Amino acid sequence: MTEIFGINSFAFYGQVMLGLINGAFYAMLSLGLAVIFGLLNVINFTHGAQYMMGAFAAWMALNYLGLNYWWALILAPLVVGAFGMVIERLLLRRLYDLDHLYGLLLTFGLALVIEGIFRKQYGASGLPYAIPPALSGGQNLGFMFLPNYRGWVVVASLVVCLGTWFVIERTRLGSYLRAATENPGLVQAFGINVPRMVTLTYGFGVALAAFAGVLAAPIYQVSPLMGTNLIIVVFAVVVIGGMGSIMGAIVTGFGLGVVEGLTKVFYPEASNTVIFVVMAIVLLIRPAGLFGTAR
Amino acid sequence: MRKASTALAGGLLAAALAAGTLTAGAPAAHAQISDDVIRIGVMNDQSGLYADITGQGEVTAVRMAAEAMGGAIDGRKIEVIFADNQNKPDIGSNIARQWYDQEKVDLIIVGGASSVTLAVQAVAREKGRINIVSAAAASDHTNKACSPTAAHWTYDTTALANGTGKALVQEGGDSWFFLTADYAFGHALERETGEAVRAGGGKVLGSVRHPLNTPDFSSFLLQAQGSGAKIIGLANAGGDTINSIKQASEFGIVQAGQRLAGLLVFITDVHSLGLKTAQGLVITTAFYWDQNDETRAWAKSFMERMNGKAPTMVQAGSGSAALHYLRAVKAAGTDDASKVMAQMRATKINDFMTKDGWIREDGRVMRTMYLAQVKSPAESTGPFDYYKILRSIPAEEAFRSLDITECPHLKK
Repeated sequence: MTEIFGINSFAFYGQVMLGLINGAFYAMLSLGLAVIFGLLNVINFTHGAQYMMGAFAAWMALNYLGLNYWWALILAPLVVGAFGMVIERLLLRRLYDLDHLYGLLLTFGLALVIEGIFRKQYGASGLPYAIPPALSGGQNLGFMFLPNYRGWVVVASLVVCLGTWFVIERTRLGSYLRAATENPGLVQAFGINVPRMVTLTYGFGVALAAFAGVLAAPIYQVSPLMGTNLIIVVFAVVVIGGMGSIMGAIVTGFGLGVVEGLTKVFYPEASNTVIFVVMAIVLLIRPAGLFGTAR
Repeated sequence: MRKASTALAGGLLAAALAAGTLTAGAPAAHAQISDDVIRIGVMNDQSGLYADITGQGEVTAVRMAAEAMGGAIDGRKIEVIFADNQNKPDIGSNIARQWYDQEKVDLIIVGGASSVTLAVQAVAREKGRINIVSAAAASDHTNKACSPTAAHWTYDTTALANGTGKALVQEGGDSWFFLTADYAFGHALERETGEAVRAGGGKVLGSVRHPLNTPDFSSFLLQAQGSGAKIIGLANAGGDTINSIKQASEFGIVQAGQRLAGLLVFITDVHSLGLKTAQGLVITTAFYWDQNDETRAWAKSFMERMNGKAPTMVQAGSGSAALHYLRAVKAAGTDDASKVMAQMRATKINDFMTKDGWIREDGRVMRTMYLAQVKSPAESTGPFDYYKILRSIPAEEAFRSLDITECPHLKK
């Protein structure tokens, strides 16, 4: 049997595969953050809480309304995205003229409030959510056992990520968005309703987080703290990729998932710090991030 | 972060130890109840990952004990206060100092991560005051860090190792691989379970240390699978245990013939996992609500106050501890720490959760532990009908023998 870096190649491919799966979550979450930062210049610290709300929305849909996973996959992003738009209209909008720091403080505070409410209501240990029957079981790939559900997560995430990239970078709607990022006043003068576009963009970013939350519900525990455990890593991913860069967020998300996965084999104790080490190195060499351009 | 706080706890502990030797000798004894009120402080994790295991449930259990005593002893009111130590040793020891010095708290029942409870115990020892630990697991509470005025009430890492570890080796699970939370508690649990496994003739094939609060365990689980061990021992707690078990089921590890051993599993964890995923797990517990009429009656009253949540062994333990303390205060006619502690040690513990238990010289509460198995969905007939008790483990078998103690005030 061949060996790669001292471990047998089967185990190696398996770990790369697992890294890609975790990378799928990093990619979806950092994509939402990148979209929001790109257009709103807001560092959305509520993102983790919104991801958690997505998972809870799926749980509630199942337990209160009897709606299955597939319904949740559609409804949770809509409901949580709408909630995000309300926040943007009522609160965030008032901070656009101020320093980044205010948006960060507001969204951070909101995250604490939201997580507190869910913890009070549902406790800290989390709730069970089963894998949908259509996706249970798994495939033997020869080098590893791949649960069908994990395979689905990678596919769903790739479709959503690339779809988002396509809309923003290759369509007319996306060109309005990018133009509004550069010069909102000018775009407004062309008769485009920029405030509404901003609201919808924030709603879309939040919906991405909620979508990731629904995908995560059957794998991780549906718990009020699930977002806090993830959000810091996701911020590091965005910083490494370059703030506001769409493709950067996607590629870095998957790439760092793999880096983290391999660290879990070679030096497991460092698996939660390796991403920050990469971040420090990238910031030293390319302060704007791997895919970012200095503005 | 966790490592830093553990180191901090160690530092605090050392400082407190030094201070303790300088101010040796308990404060002057004065009979009667000081300041006309018997005040019990419950300090634990009210908001973090252990909030369901400790949290308001412990406060409720202690209040129930106060009510069982009629809310007062010889006309002196019993008062229960609580605080959130956020699992941080510095916050915990600050609250403890304030409670003992300024707020006239007579007993602190402390829960949360072992790093905090050890820090609080150090403060209590320095001041010659009583503290009781129900939630934390580290056996150091009654070993290296023991205190003459402390009691470790419910369970410890040794009991978990001797319960689940030994039982599975006896059933033929003689090769182990550990998934270990990378901090003091996980290391201790891995070490002690490994000892129990080897003592039973089994062997430990390896282990992997994962950071606290890891969302994804699939990589570690595949390593455990690759080791070929019959048993995968989970030397972790709370969310980490839940995610390990959930994902092991997803990757078909149990179906492929390996068995999981959750070394520290609470009923809240089983609830969170659901019986479908958790069924068949063998666990060690000090209490289960559905053991007899007395436990059922107590649990019913508890659940009515806690929105239908079943009590964890830790919460039941805090209720039992408060009751034993209050009875000792009544019998001794004083709330003086050393006299009450002497009374608590002299009397057997008998209540809804404990039968003929006693507090050993090192502070270890010697009690019968239970080996239980999680029911399958078909076996479960109602809410929280989760465990079947396989057998009871006598105290002497469950806990560390005093012959090998490293407790400073007992070492000869």
